[in-house]
Amino acid sequence: MRRFTWFNATALTLGFAFLYLPMIILITYSFNESKLVTVWAGFSTKWYGELLGNESFLDAAWVTVQVAVVSSTIATVLGTMAALVLVRAGRFAGRTLFSGMIYAPLVMPEVITGLSLLLLFIGIGLDRGILTIILAHTTFSMCFVSVVVSSRLVSFDRSLEEAALDLGCTPFHAFRLVTLPIIAPAVISGWLLAFTLSLDDLVIASFTAGPSATTLPIKIFSAVRLGVSPEINALSTIMIAIVTVGVVAASLISKRASLAQQRDTQAAARAA
Amino acid sequence: MAPTVFSPWDDPEEKPLIQFTGVTKRFGEFTAIDNLSQDIYAREFFALLGPSGCGKTTMMRMLAGFETPSEGQILIGGQDMAGIPPNKRPVNMMFQSYALFPHLSVWENIAFGLKREGTAKDQIEVRVSEMLRLTRLDRFAKRKPHQISGGQRQRVALARSLAKAPKLLLLDEPLGALDAKLREETQFELMDIQEKTGTTFVIVTHDQEEAMTVASRVAVMDEGRIMQVATPAVIYEQPSSVYVADFIGDVNIIEGAANPGDDGYDITWAEGQPKLHVKTEKSFAPGQKCFLAMRPEKVVISAEEPADAPNRVQGQIIDIAYLGNLSTYHVQLADGTMMKAQIANTRRLSRRSLTWEDRVWLSWTDTAPVLLEG
Repeated sequence: MRRFTWFNATALTLGFAFLYLPMIILITYSFNESKLVTVWAGFSTKWYGELLGNESFLDAAWVTVQVAVVSSTIATVLGTMAALVLVRAGRFAGRTLFSGMIYAPLVMPEVITGLSLLLLFIGIGLDRGILTIILAHTTFSMCFVSVVVSSRLVSFDRSLEEAALDLGCTPFHAFRLVTLPIIAPAVISGWLLAFTLSLDDLVIASFTAGPSATTLPIKIFSAVRLGVSPEINALSTIMIAIVTVGVVAASLISKRASLAQQRDTQAAARAA
Repeated sequence: MAPTVFSPWDDPEEKPLIQFTGVTKRFGEFTAIDNLSQDIYAREFFALLGPSGCGKTTMMRMLAGFETPSEGQILIGGQDMAGIPPNKRPVNMMFQSYALFPHLSVWENIAFGLKREGTAKDQIEVRVSEMLRLTRLDRFAKRKPHQISGGQRQRVALARSLAKAPKLLLLDEPLGALDAKLREETQFELMDIQEKTGTTFVIVTHDQEEAMTVASRVAVMDEGRIMQVATPAVIYEQPSSVYVADFIGDVNIIEGAANPGDDGYDITWAEGQPKLHVKTEKSFAPGQKCFLAMRPEKVVISAEEPADAPNRVQGQIIDIAYLGNLSTYHVQLADGTMMKAQIANTRRLSRRSLTWEDRVWLSWTDTAPVLLEG
């Protein structure tokens, strides 16, 4: 059977064009000499230089990174704990309600999450700033972590933990020495997921950010309302580059790990 | 001086290592263990044998501390185990799935329990290399569990559970994942290691051959109860119930009524068939319902009518199961009863005379079968 047909080629091109054309245009225009976004006036990297001099963007970027790191770390701890309870505790009164409530924020419109958090912060008199954004991001990304970690825990062999207990571990040590190292990949991908969710969140951050702290997505969104500037293109290009490098590196590492595992297992089987 | 046979269960002076007294375990409505009492002695290789769901794994998990009895008491070395968590018991377990820690090397897996105990570093080194030698794993110390074969993994699991020199080692279907050849080898290895270390082993298995091979005593379980505890030979030759006779090995069971005759009982069992004579020490009321259990290898099959056999019946060969070393003949008697007779194939195939549809005689002595109440 011939794989290459004109139909396949066209479908593939159209599909990829649909996905990537907007980004290619954005990247191309970030190297545009002209200030006008729609007119090409030759290659230049000057907008990248200007971006580095723009302090309000840099501040927003710094806030975003802080929020993302702190909130995803807290969310990972809480989400892993929630997943452990949900998978391990067996049946207890209100288990269904509890698990439903953990997953509800996944489908809750962000506007509603944001609004309710805003009302809460006003209610308890918390000044909006970097702390409120962190709290808000922790709240909504925790359930994503919990989903990722609990899907790993479901297939986790309980007898590994029992073996650790049997060999003299307290339940806490069994978790730290056996369970955690084994589910670490899931915990890490939960953290990465929470991190990216926090990085690009606009809606919830808009509700919970205050005059003292603005995140990058809010900054970009408000800047674009005044007109798209090539600086924004440059900034977006940098973000695309960072994400691409991260994704490619992660998949290469996991591919290599699984190949090595496969090779070892085959070698062991042959040697037996 | 005659060599002493290992049988602490016959010695009233001997103190048992493990005592179950009136232990019941319920999971919701389901009773997994039903008012069970049993002693297990030090240095025993004790096998819990039964079909799945008979409660053998629950008994083992209660010893390890992963389950707590609903009623009754479990003593290990005279100490009540109630409220003692698994990490504080003088017991180690080898899991059915081996439960090797995939992120640790073979060496670290074996050292895991010793490190938890706070053993000194150099002592850990000594003990782990001793364990590696015992299980012939020296070459694989640095490998991770996924880099070794199934049989080697099984030995790592054994080494890990023996490293802390427990009083009691629990083995949950330890050979279930190995193929037949390797399993047989490993059974002898297990017995060897048990003898060398002097540890008490309790093994859970559904494989009767495995239980018979390795164990000093076998407990046959059914529905949360122990049906019989005895040495493999007694379990096989003198089963105490039809259930045990049927569970262990192949058996012919004939239902009949007991009539006291001279020196034993005459069993009437089917219209137009001769009475069967059995010698037994048990006593039955005249006409009492009884079951005659007889191993196929104790039935002699012959083309001619045997002259002086106390019991003989005539039938026709319906089926022959050729197993290489043995052949089992399925013989249908005149009243429709099927009986099995087994003979060792000491002669080559072409020299054997019996074949399908042949009319043959089955005969046996009056001590060959066991008479059971049911």
